[in-house]
Amino acid sequence: MKAKKGDWVQIQKTLLKPEERTAPLPDDTKKVPLQMRVKGFLLNDTAEIGEEVEIETLIGRKVSGKLVAINPKYEHNFGEPVPELMTVGIELRKILEGDSNA
Amino acid sequence: MRDLSYDAVMARKNEIMKKAVGIDYEKFMSSDLVFDYEKMMKEVGYTLEKVREIQEETGVGNTPLVELKQINRLIKKIAPKGKGARIFIKDEATNPSGSYKDRRASVSVYHAQKNGYKGVIAATSGNYGAAVASQAAKRGLKCIITQECYDSRWIGQPEILEKGRACEAYGAEVVQLTVGPELFYYTLVLLEETGFFNASLYTPYAIAGVETLGFEIAQQTKDLTGKYPDIVVITHAGGGILTGTARGLKKAGATNTQVVAASVNLKGLHMASDNDFNKKYFTTGHTGFGIPFATFPDRSDVPKNAARALRYMDRYLLVTQGEVFYITEMLAQLEGMQRGPAGNTSLAAAFALALEMDDDKVIVVNETEYTGAGKLPSAQLTFARKMGMEIKRGDPIKEDLPGKRIVIPEHPSQIGYIEFNMDNVRKSYVKEIIKRYNKKNFTEDEIKFMAEDTNTTEEKIKQFIEELLGGE
Repeated sequence: MKAKKGDWVQIQKTLLKPEERTAPLPDDTKKVPLQMRVKGFLLNDTAEIGEEVEIETLIGRKVSGKLVAINPKYEHNFGEPVPELMTVGIELRKILEGDSNA
Repeated sequence: MRDLSYDAVMARKNEIMKKAVGIDYEKFMSSDLVFDYEKMMKEVGYTLEKVREIQEETGVGNTPLVELKQINRLIKKIAPKGKGARIFIKDEATNPSGSYKDRRASVSVYHAQKNGYKGVIAATSGNYGAAVASQAAKRGLKCIITQECYDSRWIGQPEILEKGRACEAYGAEVVQLTVGPELFYYTLVLLEETGFFNASLYTPYAIAGVETLGFEIAQQTKDLTGKYPDIVVITHAGGGILTGTARGLKKAGATNTQVVAASVNLKGLHMASDNDFNKKYFTTGHTGFGIPFATFPDRSDVPKNAARALRYMDRYLLVTQGEVFYITEMLAQLEGMQRGPAGNTSLAAAFALALEMDDDKVIVVNETEYTGAGKLPSAQLTFARKMGMEIKRGDPIKEDLPGKRIVIPEHPSQIGYIEFNMDNVRKSYVKEIIKRYNKKNFTEDEIKFMAEDTNTTEEKIKQFIEELLGGE
């Protein structure tokens, strides 16, 4: 899929490679780079996923990086019903109603 | 070209921060350690009256104080005879961006506008981002929010992803980073690049903004019950809400109200660990922030942190993730209020306290927050299961195992707390000072400052120093 100029996209950039992470860090974090993702409108005429591009963010700042998503979706959601919580309301109401076996 | 390496940027920290917050902290400091806290709050911050005016301009504050009548009935049913305090909750979710953080952002954004900054930046993975973005929108300023959001496999914490979405909804640019304390480093890079104001969570502006919360609680509780609250329970992370609320209570005259902190116990999970990042199902209000910020507040992004929780904290209680999910469900099912997670940490602790307190006592939980995708127990527990956590019903305290198991209570009488000994917390504070400032000898001024900073006596501080350095 190709993105065209003006499309809302997401880019990714490595800010610090593992060897550049000189802050005190746990070992697992030290092994991986510090990376950034930011969204904006594509400034290049066209681009494919993985290409180096430039974007303009919502406040007009220009940032360059690797294109990782076109019209990136919000991936978080409401989750699934949780069996361990499903009956909590019923149990509590029973106690309020005075069921001594609750 | 500016040198953007970690060390080079951190070396420019003081210079960048001075421009970005406009506070000359040195004016209040008599040494690296000692500074005049009250003078700083008075000279830099705004008066309570002015803060109320600023907040009125953008529709912040004056939120309802709600008695949790059904929950209070439940408490009386299961508490021993004569016990069962009444709980009230301050419905901070009714602020413009859905949390008390609007108070904390309001003064900074006002101050930035007044001083001609074109925009504001805040480093935050919490509701504070949405609050700064919302206040900036109201005042016509640009806004960048930097978040620690993903692990190295690009798995995002749902609660933080939701907060990022909210920021974008208010027109802010959201810079999302992988795990690491270098969030602060990159925020400095952006402050230097843009010349924007640093809407830090820890300036006197931020804390002055929260004082109205404590002030309103004191007045509303008196109106509703005829007295000031016996206890206010406050979810504790960075210390700002506790400090601001406690100061506001005092300013209103509620000087005998006990201030109780509550955090989710996430013992054993490292805050800067890539592996542990997505094993936490509360992104704030937990011990990973609560303990370090209480014992060394000056770890924040400003030279002297205005959020100094130990000055005001009377007790510190820990609750478990399972208890907070359960109480969140209780609040929705019995009170018709879908809120949280943030304020529900203190609600869980309040519930446990109410069970053991006399029935004429009044407890106030000082916040709620908006909820929804990413934040709901269903969102977090679905995510937890995907990350391999065991979720079960059982004893939420005995069986709890942060990073491995989340235990939902089987009965409300199982809601309890683990109490931290305040003197141990104070001793940790002294230990941190010894370590951070590499000190072995202390002047009288320093002892006096540490006693004030931890709300204890100079004798106690001397005793802690003796115990910690005794062998040397």
